[in-house]
Amino acid sequence: MISMKRILLASVFAVAGFGTASAADLTVGFSQIGSESGWRAAETSVSKIEAEKRGIAFKIADAQQKQENQIKAIRGFIAQGVDAIFIAPVVATGWDTVLAEAKEADIPVILLDRTIETADDSLYLTAVTSDTVHEGKVAGEWLAKTVADKDCKVLELQGTVGSSPAINRKKGFEEGIASASNIKIVRSQTGDFTRSKGKEVMEGFLKAENGGKDICALYAHNDDMAVGAIQAIKEAGLKPGKDILVVSVDAVPDIFKAMADGEANATVELTPNMAGPAFDALKEFKDSGKAPPKWIQTESKLFTQADDPMKVYEEKKGLGY
Amino acid sequence: MNTRLLPLYATLLICLIAYAACLIQFPAMFSTRVAGNLLTDNAFLGIAAVGMTFVILSGGIDLSVGSVIAFTGVLLAVLITQHGVHPLVAFAVALAITTAFGAAMGIIIHYLQVPAFIVTLAGMFLARGMCFVMTTDSIPIDHPFYAALQGVFYRLPGGGRLTFIGCLMVAVFVVGMIIAHFSKFGSYIYAIGGNRSSAELMGVPVARTTIGIYAMSGFLSGLSGIVFSLYTSAGYSLATVGVELDAIAAVVIGGTLLTGGVGYVAGTFVGVIIQGLIQTYIVFDGTLSSWWTKIVVGVLLFSFIGLQRVLVVLSLRRSAAPTGG
Repeated sequence: MISMKRILLASVFAVAGFGTASAADLTVGFSQIGSESGWRAAETSVSKIEAEKRGIAFKIADAQQKQENQIKAIRGFIAQGVDAIFIAPVVATGWDTVLAEAKEADIPVILLDRTIETADDSLYLTAVTSDTVHEGKVAGEWLAKTVADKDCKVLELQGTVGSSPAINRKKGFEEGIASASNIKIVRSQTGDFTRSKGKEVMEGFLKAENGGKDICALYAHNDDMAVGAIQAIKEAGLKPGKDILVVSVDAVPDIFKAMADGEANATVELTPNMAGPAFDALKEFKDSGKAPPKWIQTESKLFTQADDPMKVYEEKKGLGY
Repeated sequence: MNTRLLPLYATLLICLIAYAACLIQFPAMFSTRVAGNLLTDNAFLGIAAVGMTFVILSGGIDLSVGSVIAFTGVLLAVLITQHGVHPLVAFAVALAITTAFGAAMGIIIHYLQVPAFIVTLAGMFLARGMCFVMTTDSIPIDHPFYAALQGVFYRLPGGGRLTFIGCLMVAVFVVGMIIAHFSKFGSYIYAIGGNRSSAELMGVPVARTTIGIYAMSGFLSGLSGIVFSLYTSAGYSLATVGVELDAIAAVVIGGTLLTGGVGYVAGTFVGVIIQGLIQTYIVFDGTLSSWWTKIVVGVLLFSFIGLQRVLVVLSLRRSAAPTGG
């Protein structure tokens, strides 16, 4: 009998507690593109962690790479009357109608990781993205600083042809090494952002460049290609990280392992934490009514062998990369 | 009770139970917004599913639907945005092309006696390939006429919107029902799906009807493409991949026999709404993986195919009973 009463009481308290908590806090809906890459899976799990930290109720809808699913999810969030909507848009166009509905319902929209094309930028509160040109620049500047005034021939593994990160990371890197006339990109080809293509193209590079003996560095547009290329360098009988410096972009866990082994030298992080800054901007907007700037740039942090790569690897391992 | 109507009743019942279950958990789902969204968000799927219903009723299949929708969207975007053609002219061009495309597939299926599965699979690759020939980018459509069409909606009490494309889908379903149940063409389709050779012996113009069915599916895919381009205001080559499978699922959940001859257009509507309801539930819940949509649809498909088999066996036994005993 007593235990019965206790359970009843406990459940009453639980219900009451739940009621007040959900009434006080924000509810945010997030229309995520999908989980096509390790990075995106990490973005999803980091977003959940960031929401939990702030006591925000967070609803995620995975669109399976389809815009129609994203539009449906946004309409669903509007119908639920959430306090804000985050979108990682799968394509740049076609959002005006549904965002106008959100605006009409007074629900602020924040874009994560990618932006949209629209004539009316009042349709979204702000966009939190990384500057991919800046990422390349950070990598280039690191190399310029590391080799100092020594002559340096660089091989470049580009991302998917025509994709904006590939174009921008190339441009940024060239800006980063522009002041160092001793650094020259001697070969540049696409490795399609994949590990296997990275290895294959690197093998070709090394054969064409006299076995890679006069090459001083490799710049890869993402870590996966760098990991593939490291394999190719090893098979060619050279020491990656020493004979050929390796610098890349993304900061996925595997590159930290390579750095811990001394086989990679540096990586520029494309942070999966886009939601954190978005939550902060939203909180401030809700509390003070102050609209954030239209673009919030995330930090492009440089990691080198000096940054305890094994520790970072352990931290990143569980995020779903 | 007519056993043929049983799958339809079952679908309707499942839809109502599902909605009630949603309401118990999320009372906010009882709103005109959700109802309006169900129509608007599933308009392109619903219209394509009407065409698919006729194809399946005749015992065929059309796998080209999703690609044709994307093709239409890209064609419209190229014509309107890059060549300055008026949307109405572009609509007419797109519908003419997709109807002809469907008719051509019908001709091959009938005269060359190639299974519909193969022909429409080829059609699927062809239409998708044509998208990429026209453009690989996502092209926005920014035309006052588009904005005007998107702005046409009736505001329901409670903030919901009865949009133009939502109403268009309902209209297509009504016309579909009339064609299926009150026209000669409709009865020919049921006859061919029931038994092709006896239909031929009864004097059903099989060639004309088959071509007509696939032409109609092509036309409705084109119309669905127009609706989709109004929905997203853009043309994108990779859009609506696999929508034909969603349409087939809606048709089967709606109680139409995959072997043809038995089924109702109205059931397909309920099938579309059930799929939309599952997606809405998942968004409201916010923690479930959206792949649960596929899982639930899969389970529903299995149970409906099972139910249909049981009914077929039962009705065979019943018709055999008088002679047997």
